[in-house]
Amino acid sequence: MSELIELQDISLKAADMVEEGRVHKSLYSDPEIFEEELDKVFNNTWVFVGHESEVPDSGSFKTSFVGRHPVILTRDRKGNLHVLQNRCRHRGATVCEGRKGKTKALTCPYHGWGYGLDGSLRALPKPEEYDGVFDKKDMSLESLRFETYQGMVFATFKDDIEPLVDFLGGAKKWIDLFAKQGGGYPMKVLGEHRFNFPGNWKIQLENTTDAYHFPIVHKSFVSSLDDATADIFDFLDGEGFVEDLGHGHSVMVMIPELVDLEADLDQPIPARFEALAAELREEGKSEDEVKKLVRAAHGTGFNLNLFPNVSCSMAFFRVLRPVSVGETEIQHVALGGEGAPQAFNRKRMRLHEHFQGPMGFGTPDDGEAWERVQKGSQSGKDGWILVNRGMTRLRTSVDGNPQGAVCSETGMRGAYQQYKKMMAAGSTTNTAPAEEK
Amino acid sequence: MKSNTELLAKVTEFIGYEADLLDHKGYQEWLSLWTDSGLYIVPTDLNETDYLNTLNLALDDADMRRMRVARLINGESVSADSVGYTVRMMSRIRVLEASDDVVVARCAMTLNELRHGKLVTYPANIEYRLVPTDEGFLVDRKVVKLLHADGFLRTVSFIF
Repeated sequence: MSELIELQDISLKAADMVEEGRVHKSLYSDPEIFEEELDKVFNNTWVFVGHESEVPDSGSFKTSFVGRHPVILTRDRKGNLHVLQNRCRHRGATVCEGRKGKTKALTCPYHGWGYGLDGSLRALPKPEEYDGVFDKKDMSLESLRFETYQGMVFATFKDDIEPLVDFLGGAKKWIDLFAKQGGGYPMKVLGEHRFNFPGNWKIQLENTTDAYHFPIVHKSFVSSLDDATADIFDFLDGEGFVEDLGHGHSVMVMIPELVDLEADLDQPIPARFEALAAELREEGKSEDEVKKLVRAAHGTGFNLNLFPNVSCSMAFFRVLRPVSVGETEIQHVALGGEGAPQAFNRKRMRLHEHFQGPMGFGTPDDGEAWERVQKGSQSGKDGWILVNRGMTRLRTSVDGNPQGAVCSETGMRGAYQQYKKMMAAGSTTNTAPAEEK
Repeated sequence: MKSNTELLAKVTEFIGYEADLLDHKGYQEWLSLWTDSGLYIVPTDLNETDYLNTLNLALDDADMRRMRVARLINGESVSADSVGYTVRMMSRIRVLEASDDVVVARCAMTLNELRHGKLVTYPANIEYRLVPTDEGFLVDRKVVKLLHADGFLRTVSFIF
């Protein structure tokens, strides 16, 4: 009854719906809370927009989003990166469509205003009508503040936000480990899978730090593996852990022996990588390099959840975009090595196809579970979602952070505490555009 | 345009047969329709032809096809168990190349899926590379080019 009384208090705010070990189901289904989240969370933090390898050359662009705002990640002719609002300064049309590519200019299709890849307004038809009205140099595409770490590009509408490296904090060490995916070559985006699900974005955010579901939801995936690989994925009773890294970030180590892909290089080649090793040897790679590439081909043994929209998930980036309170778009970005042997990158793509994306052996079952969470959260006038697993069995990590068992909900609690802090804060900063309903 | 109606009839019959197997979940029989080196491909990029060096939605060799089928029928996948039915229409079938060793054909497909009471539609072009044998065709390559391959798809727990 006390829960019902609480809900009847119409002043209950989203921030109050997050308690230490549970969150209210309205956080998944209330459209007003969703609008508030776009304003207070997505407009007020660092949001992942892409990886530098997706815009490799001068003239490269990639479209992305910060919350609801369409943006463009570009590399200008001097090789500098920019994150620009995808909105013509004249009448507001998007100036760039398509996922990625190369172009000499960003041209508005409506009246032909042409912008450079640095956002500057270069040319427009019949400029004389603007004589004395405005100066072209003041009409660049609006840019966002952005910073990068290990090639990951984060942008923000909050101009006075702390530096990215401070925001990442304890997560930096794990990003550095994750960046060893390339097997000695720089990490590079190889392609991406895209899918959506009818559910709230936080359901996906939680899932990346939820090892508890793996043997249940992904039983059919594990059954498709050889025995040795299936053993690797049988990690709930192992030495793994979940660590709250602060700022809503967390790491879930499922396979401790695969935390550092450049360690333990004297291990024998697993059976499922024998064919890859043979191809690499044929290419003339030394045995040391073969072992390094094969070990990197696994991907790391952890998921690093970076609040609010990206995770470095074993071997790929998982990027979420909140579309509406009950719809979320997800990208599974495949990674390999820039300049690495083709056989290595091919293997990485085949492994990605096996589990990830809308046709993988894992994702559809995740999607089914998430869809049911969204549907179930509509049931009843009141109800709470539990995130209290392992709450009383915490220890302190070597880095001084709260750490629980691999199947604990330590990471979810960390994310929700950051969410609570941001949702409890006052209204949006003056630099963030107001959300339209 | 020279038309070989007998060959077109055989190809049409085969494509209809394969579609019927997939809609009625005759997956084991479907597995027997393939050459040993056959590839089932669902690309993400409709302009790409180097499928091995590109990320696809699916690129299944014989092992992956066998595992995909096992996943769909062994009762362990909650999403596969939630797929009601699919109904696919195959049409606009055209033979592009024909020799004693290989027949290349292209057709249109509209696949409808009922999942959790909602209808989802997948329009696609499909390209078949078929190998004629004494017992009929075997599939050496099937490329399913979904119209919205590079968009945000719903998850798929059936076979196109």
